[in-house]
Amino acid sequence: MKLRDIKDILHCDVLTGEDDLAVDVQYVVASDGMSEILAFAKSKELMITGLTNIQAVRTADIAGVSAVVFCRGKRPDSRVVEFAKNKKIPILVTKLGMFDICAILYNKGLKGVS
Amino acid sequence: MSAELMRERYEIQGGDFDTAGEISGELKIILRDLGIDAASLRRVVVVAFEAEMNVVMYARRGTLTFILTDNEVNLEIQDEGPGIPDLELAFQEGYTTASDEMRELGFGFGMGLPNMKKNSDELKIETEVGKGTSVLARIRLDAHE
Repeated sequence: MKLRDIKDILHCDVLTGEDDLAVDVQYVVASDGMSEILAFAKSKELMITGLTNIQAVRTADIAGVSAVVFCRGKRPDSRVVEFAKNKKIPILVTKLGMFDICAILYNKGLKGVS
Repeated sequence: MSAELMRERYEIQGGDFDTAGEISGELKIILRDLGIDAASLRRVVVVAFEAEMNVVMYARRGTLTFILTDNEVNLEIQDEGPGIPDLELAFQEGYTTASDEMRELGFGFGMGLPNMKKNSDELKIETEVGKGTSVLARIRLDAHE
């Protein structure tokens, strides 16, 4: 599924990476625990988290995910967005909670990693 | 042992959560520019990142030394910290001694050391309570899927 379609179905705002929404995503990794993201992500997943500090984006970079969706309407500060922009990691924000996001994406055919 | 091609030593400041992870981000760029394959690169930076976070979370200060040869990366991490009283317990997934502050930052869920072990071809830890911990992680640059 294209990141652009994910943006639409989750009603996301795009904070950075508007030009990279054509990327295709098939797998999802969702957690507020950064080591869990690192343990399970293999590469190119969509990362879903409620953690909006700079460590979330550093983890995204180290894990090699395709994009990050922040859930529950939590927005990172501008410095975090700037860091993600430099690392070329698209950042999206939705008001939906993690459970709902995962359910919606699962029903659209995306898979989890384990 | 193969000839050493590159060696970099980085200082890590304990308690500095803001910059924690910067060294690993820098290593990722170095390895990518060297053309290291993606699977090996990932293993190196995950080990480096978890190690860096451990030093920042628990120790006063530490160092991370990156040593590249033609077929492996060695990461040596040494810290002045509390040491690990029970190493076997620390390697159990889910076991943690993290504070609320660490958890709020997304760390301390008991996956750090298991992640380091999983991504290393060899992991040696020497630790002394009240003195500190030293870690040697060896990651081969071939034979990964």
